[in-house]
Amino acid sequence: MSNSPHDKVLDENLKWTQINEDVIRSMQNPRKAYWISVAVCVSMFFCAILAEIYQYRMGMGTAGLNNPHMWDMYLATFVFWIGMSHAGTLLSAILHIIHAQWRKPIYRFAEAMTTFSLLTAGFFPMIHLGRIWNLYWVLPYVSDRGVWPNFRSPLSWDAFAISTYLSASALFLVIGMIPDMAVLRDHTKGWRAKVYGVLALGWRGDDRQWRNFRKTYMLMACFLIPLAVSVHSIVSSDFSMSINPGWHVTTFPPYFVAGALYSGCAAIMTLFVCLRYFFRMEDYMTLNIMEKTTKLTFAIAGVWNYLLFVEFASVWYGHSVYDKELLIAKATGDYAPVFWTMIFCSTVVPFTMAFQKLRRHMPTMFIVSLFLQLGMYTERWMIVAPTLAMSHNPHQWDILWAPVVQWAIVFGSFGWFGLLFLVFVKVFPSVSMYEVKELTLHQKEEFEEERRMREAGMFMPESATAPPLPGDEHKRPEDRVAGRPGMEGA
Amino acid sequence: MSFKNIMENFSNYRKDAEMGGHHDYEHRWAMAIDLDVCTGCNACSTACYAENNLAVVGKEKFEKGQGMHWLRVERYWEDNDTREHPENGAMFLPMMCQQCGAATCEPVCPVAATYHTPDGLNAQVYNRCIGSRYCNNNCPFRVRYFNFWSYYESSWPEPLNMQLNPDLSVRDKGVMEKCTFCIQRIRVAKDLARREERKVIDGEFLTACAQACPTGAIVFGDTMNPESQVSKAWAKHQITRGPHTHTKPKDNPELRGYRIFAELNVDPSVMYLERVRETEV
Repeated sequence: MSNSPHDKVLDENLKWTQINEDVIRSMQNPRKAYWISVAVCVSMFFCAILAEIYQYRMGMGTAGLNNPHMWDMYLATFVFWIGMSHAGTLLSAILHIIHAQWRKPIYRFAEAMTTFSLLTAGFFPMIHLGRIWNLYWVLPYVSDRGVWPNFRSPLSWDAFAISTYLSASALFLVIGMIPDMAVLRDHTKGWRAKVYGVLALGWRGDDRQWRNFRKTYMLMACFLIPLAVSVHSIVSSDFSMSINPGWHVTTFPPYFVAGALYSGCAAIMTLFVCLRYFFRMEDYMTLNIMEKTTKLTFAIAGVWNYLLFVEFASVWYGHSVYDKELLIAKATGDYAPVFWTMIFCSTVVPFTMAFQKLRRHMPTMFIVSLFLQLGMYTERWMIVAPTLAMSHNPHQWDILWAPVVQWAIVFGSFGWFGLLFLVFVKVFPSVSMYEVKELTLHQKEEFEEERRMREAGMFMPESATAPPLPGDEHKRPEDRVAGRPGMEGA
Repeated sequence: MSFKNIMENFSNYRKDAEMGGHHDYEHRWAMAIDLDVCTGCNACSTACYAENNLAVVGKEKFEKGQGMHWLRVERYWEDNDTREHPENGAMFLPMMCQQCGAATCEPVCPVAATYHTPDGLNAQVYNRCIGSRYCNNNCPFRVRYFNFWSYYESSWPEPLNMQLNPDLSVRDKGVMEKCTFCIQRIRVAKDLARREERKVIDGEFLTACAQACPTGAIVFGDTMNPESQVSKAWAKHQITRGPHTHTKPKDNPELRGYRIFAELNVDPSVMYLERVRETEV
């Protein structure tokens, strides 16, 4: 930890009672925009329900699929949602282990996002099955007929990986909320008090409980990180284990994991802006935190773009005619508009995040994050569809644009995710109270230390050497330390 | 019991992983299709529809690519701008499941609904299929057909349901299906041979397509029997089984045999004989 004022993520003088009050208030009277969002999500979800009922009754033909195009948007959406879940783990587990303090006010909703996007993703392999009612055959249950799933199939690995990841991340979410549940149990009435009472698991906040809690939390974090990496690697092997041009790519596992973190961080940015506005969380979800999230996203965008380039280059310099032809067709063929949308959204747009003024401007970042997600969605679709359109056998080449049933279900999945998420943030604290308290205490100690060192003449603040922020230029370095922007809200 | 199965079959599994394909074959059904003799008349496809209870999906769905023709006659034309012999017209290629020795469809099915039989066929267990459609995505030939709709009522309205072949089932929606080399006929012939305590005789039975072909372009038989017609054809054109044999030699025009996508090491069971053009001779 450096003592740079850049690490001052929120006002260290927030009173603990104030934190409790603010968070409990956020769960009671959100802005009107919250209720509008809920209504929109419900109606989107309703569209998907209708489409799914129709598809279930009539067969997969309603989704417009045909012989070469056996998979389409459903699988792309599946990969998209799985990917989104990864950033939650990044924030809650990886940054926990490396002691990044700024994650504390925002990791709770990111963790919730992980769980709910997994719940959404899990629907897609099911929805796209021809005989959904036999879904359980993918699981290795003991049957007296001695029939097992095919352990060589990446789809059956998916079933194991996703169910493990889902249960682990849900458990992580619930465990992380225990101290907050206890606070809420003591400060609410009615059904809320009962629910929180159960979830607090008898938390009294004594020494032993805190010690065990910390250990458990750290253990779960360590358990979750390899799981997150493996899940998306396994999802990528749905493609890379196949023989098709454009799918049979060795670099897919790291490429998918990078893409997952990328789209997930973009989703965190979107939700950050929304929650900050809905629940008037300006004191907790500060601009400094947003800036750090954005920088992280920018770095990940760099990694992802590098891996994308590696993929293209290895096809270009490889000797497979099928792959090369497919790559050229992606950039120039019928799917070219989608391809260039992807390149624009996920390679060009991220450069807006290189400018500090834009990073600290919430509406811009909201729009940028939506662009990034659009880019990542089209990227997933560009993996699934063009390969099927132009595989080995030229007789079976076909261009397919998804009909309305697919769109409705994909659209509705956003509604379902949004609904779960919005209900969660209303019922449970979207800001982790105990960790914010920890953070204020930590910061106070740090600043106290810094002040003492400065008085003793032992401390040279980093900002004395670093270039000053806009508006700070005229100040002396010492003043820059005290009067940092970022806490002003808005 | 089930764990015992896995442990006992582990050595087979290793062999399979290293060499590709099942190794203790009783028969290896295979084909030789002479494209020089093929006239593209589609009799094979029609016979397949009749024999295997294939659904007739109608023009609209067929155009969408949802047809159920296990055997399709692919048509190719030379590029209009560059073709040297416009009189040649279309080129035909009857394409059905190639019953690969190292089939790419088999390992990817999550429920093992498609598996390798001791006859060297890729069998599809309709009852086990959950319709993930991964098998067709991984098939370089794209010869697997999915029941995107329920066709029973639309395809065989009464009394047409009386024409259905009772030897095999009618598949309902959500199930993948494909050419089986007329496995129902294979079963009958094998059962009969076993009852009469003899081996299956070459030419004792044919697949529906081979039987219907007016020019005899499709030869069907067992490559484990060196005396069979198909073995002789394979031997004549120097095509051998195994995943690592490659495409036809270029130097000898007499050797017309090749296997499609052999370079992908899938070991197809169908050998095609290249068409000879009069203009080229």
